[in-house]
Amino acid sequence: MCAKKVDAVVIGAGWAGSILAKELTEAGLSVVMLERGDERATAVEGDYPTSIDELRGAIRHRLFQNMSKSTVTIRNTLDQEALPYRRLAAFLPGEGVGGAGLHWSGVHFRVAPDDLALRTNVVARYGKSFIPEGMNLQDYGVTYEELEPFFDKAEKVFGTSGEPYTINGKVVGKGNRFAPDRSDAFPLPAMGDVYSASLFRTAAASVGYHPYALPAANASAQYTNPYGAQMGPCNFCGYCSGYDCYMYSKASPNVNILPALRQDSKFTLITKAHVLKVNLDADRKKATGVTYLDLRTQKQVELDADLVIISAFQFHNVHLMLLSGIGQPYDPKQNTGTVGRNFVYQTITTSRAWLSPKQYTNLFVGAGGAGVAIDDFNSMNFDHGPLGFVGGSPVWVNQAGVKPIAAAVGGPGGKAPTWGEGYKDAMVDTYRHSLTIDAHGSNMAYRDVYLDLDPTYTNAYGQPLLRMTFNWKENDIRMNQYVVGKIEPVIKAMGATRYSLGMLKDGEVFDTRRYQTTHLGGGAVMGTDPKTSCVNRYLQSWDISNVFVIGASAFPQGMGYNPTGMVAALAYWAAYHIRTTYLKNPGPMVQA
Amino acid sequence: MTYGLFSRAAFFSAAVLLTGFVSDLHAEDTNTLVKQGQYVAEASDCSACHTVSGRGNFAGGMEFKLPIGSIYSSNITPDATHGIGAYSEAEFSRAVREGVRRDGASLYPAMPFPSYARMSDADIHALYVYFMKGVQPVDQPAPSNRIAWPLSIRLPMTIWRAVFSPSIRAAQKDVMRSLPNDGIGRGAYLVEGPGHCGACHSPRGLAMQEKSLSNSSGSLFLSGGAPIDGFVPTSLRQDQRTGLAGWSEDDIVQFLATGRNRRGEAFGGMTDAIFHGTQHLTDADLHAMAQYLLSLQPHNPALSAWRYDPEAASALQAGDVSAPGAKVYVDHCAACHRSDGRGYAPAFPPLAGNPVLMSDDPASLVHVVQSGAVLPGMTRAPSAFAMPAYGNMLSSQQIADVVTFIRKAWGNNAPPVTAATVDELKKTAPETMRKQGIIPLN
Repeated sequence: MCAKKVDAVVIGAGWAGSILAKELTEAGLSVVMLERGDERATAVEGDYPTSIDELRGAIRHRLFQNMSKSTVTIRNTLDQEALPYRRLAAFLPGEGVGGAGLHWSGVHFRVAPDDLALRTNVVARYGKSFIPEGMNLQDYGVTYEELEPFFDKAEKVFGTSGEPYTINGKVVGKGNRFAPDRSDAFPLPAMGDVYSASLFRTAAASVGYHPYALPAANASAQYTNPYGAQMGPCNFCGYCSGYDCYMYSKASPNVNILPALRQDSKFTLITKAHVLKVNLDADRKKATGVTYLDLRTQKQVELDADLVIISAFQFHNVHLMLLSGIGQPYDPKQNTGTVGRNFVYQTITTSRAWLSPKQYTNLFVGAGGAGVAIDDFNSMNFDHGPLGFVGGSPVWVNQAGVKPIAAAVGGPGGKAPTWGEGYKDAMVDTYRHSLTIDAHGSNMAYRDVYLDLDPTYTNAYGQPLLRMTFNWKENDIRMNQYVVGKIEPVIKAMGATRYSLGMLKDGEVFDTRRYQTTHLGGGAVMGTDPKTSCVNRYLQSWDISNVFVIGASAFPQGMGYNPTGMVAALAYWAAYHIRTTYLKNPGPMVQA
Repeated sequence: MTYGLFSRAAFFSAAVLLTGFVSDLHAEDTNTLVKQGQYVAEASDCSACHTVSGRGNFAGGMEFKLPIGSIYSSNITPDATHGIGAYSEAEFSRAVREGVRRDGASLYPAMPFPSYARMSDADIHALYVYFMKGVQPVDQPAPSNRIAWPLSIRLPMTIWRAVFSPSIRAAQKDVMRSLPNDGIGRGAYLVEGPGHCGACHSPRGLAMQEKSLSNSSGSLFLSGGAPIDGFVPTSLRQDQRTGLAGWSEDDIVQFLATGRNRRGEAFGGMTDAIFHGTQHLTDADLHAMAQYLLSLQPHNPALSAWRYDPEAASALQAGDVSAPGAKVYVDHCAACHRSDGRGYAPAFPPLAGNPVLMSDDPASLVHVVQSGAVLPGMTRAPSAFAMPAYGNMLSSQQIADVVTFIRKAWGNNAPPVTAATVDELKKTAPETMRKQGIIPLN
């Protein structure tokens, strides 16, 4: 092993890593970014038309993590034995340059400001006793006003399409009236409504809700971002989620940041580099760099660095902290430690409405980030007092393009036969004349839902797998049921010929076999108290001050919004404070 | 536009303006000279031929396939054995401007010495200092030329040189000719001299000599050249439809700086010329080149201006794909280039009114369709774009149909292309990006 030295090492080449690498090279640092997967180029992965081969793409998981090398184990409760998640289904972590930021859909939200201080807000409005027993409700330790410039920056980098509601306090458009105030417009106008979304818009308004265009990192026009990176316009082909966009119109680290970053001589990207651990000095106060496995040579390489940025996918961040001994592992029995604590997910259920045979929704068209949503039942936008639960859900028609195999595997729904002529007729009816409405909601943190190292299973490199202990809880099930109930009047107002409401059932157990979302969060949460958070408000490790942990791992709760916008804003926020404060005087930016 | 009436006030000496440090020759600072020489090397696009990926900068090795065999660009690093380290400045100047090697042998005119003959002494001096002091020596010979005896005898090259290459004196005299203003003068120097644009964009005679080396000898200069690697260099003059008529000064500047603008994108050898060369030039020099190009009278003034015709777009937008090639166009092209042919420039170039596809020779368009194209990221436009290759997917008839459709639609009105022509062009199809191993990473 031969140790090389750089100013900063960035682990993971997704959004968080690419943003940090860009910012740190701008600050003059030499940066090595390590990615365990392959290079990903639109010219190859997005080669038209081979890129839109569904079997090769989403079905055979072309851009996703190779589960034969490393995965997680999962159990629902503390008394169970966790088993390895061997087949991708419930959630789809990415692999390769761009990470999950290459195969995401592109829904690009900011944050509901109330969610940033959810504990404080719930206690202030409903009292401390409103919080259910065993729920670890807590605040982020950062305000929307502090993050706003970084949301703005991220949108400009991503080329986000959307319609504002207010800019600097003035109502300027028909955007989301629950959205927080903005300092500037979206860089691109909102994506157009597909037919199903336009029906939802009209119907939702007619029953008194407040529909708005989803903010989408799918470019509604050709765009050049502040880094000079160019995007083409989206053509609603529907190959967003699970694919590399052949039109260069879905924002990705590959399209929006790396073209500029790769030109910087201070930046080095090393692929096929699987980081095994962050190395610490003898008294375990400072990180000295990382050790990674060069997957081409199978040799371990030590890379010394003054600054270590852990910016892989959410649970990989937690895994690496546990493997490296950064912070104290969470113990749910003693309620001590923080690493792995507040592991959260999101609730998502889908309802379907069938329309008349004359109304063509053509589910195969769409754009991953586009659609029409309502926020009337998200965050603290409605009165939880009589309802007795915490959290909420945006509700939307997000027609992202249902590909043929996925449609067939999903089946026609309703009471249709599962094979034969009846199945086929129903399939056509569903594929061409139905639409789906999602309740995409929050998931709170609980004392017995967490991440730790598995005692039994190891990955291909001999390291213990990460163990997930996760189950749905009554608070979130009731929240979902309540919000889905609010969808029914919209469906009726649409004039649906029939419909089915999808919701979590009482006592429902988390099922890994069905895709839900890849929006995993927490486990290395940010906050103001080192007893309940792993990283401070600047995403700096409380324990090892030259380690920053960037990503959805910092979310103390699973929020109703999709996470990528918040991840990007937190990445720019952390980078800003590293550049303006930390680098001038390395050390803890908040005294524990 | 006429530049027939040259004003005496605008008369100037290009050589003095170009070098800009004539008064300070005695205080010459090597670092400054190296920088100046690097700039001259970029303006002269030395890298495009002398740098091959994986061999080291300026280590040579680029293959030029000729009917009589293959020749390879030479190692021009300061390595004494395999490069030009042993060259004196006079020998260097002789090689660059007159095509004579240190040992007295004549260079093949793949080296554009007839154009470089126009380069000023000061630029040659800076270039020499750069190659000697600013370039890393590479201790590796370029591959040997593979031309069988007796054709390998260089004597004919010496005769060629005597007949077709101007003497330095004659070339410099032409550089000093009167031009309307400083900008056009500087542009003429760059385009006709170091930039050697005519090497591709001017027609060549039977002996492969450029028929015209300067606009001073008439409108053949830069009126379009023979296919290179399958692609047809367009006219850079103010020719309607097939030339730069309608391009603004800013269009040309943006194209040379980034390889893309609202009217089109570079492909083929032009991407190298921009990547290694023009993108490194100052805005002032790019504007000068543009001003000069805009001053070139059309070679073929009979051509009428392109006018957009909405008929094809109306048909496609109404779902009418009955025209031959229309369906292939909708399935394979329209997502980026749109049914109205206007594209989404500068990401995806317009096909409507694009001079590349209205020339009589359809080779460029056919080759882009069958082999795809790559626009690499540039310093000022870091994004790369790749057009997929359809050669393995579409039959010759389908390619002929879609190319015919594109050449006819939107007012392009260029002649149709047959499947037989496509079959013939398959033989000269450029290698796809993947085969060449030049995959842009974004």
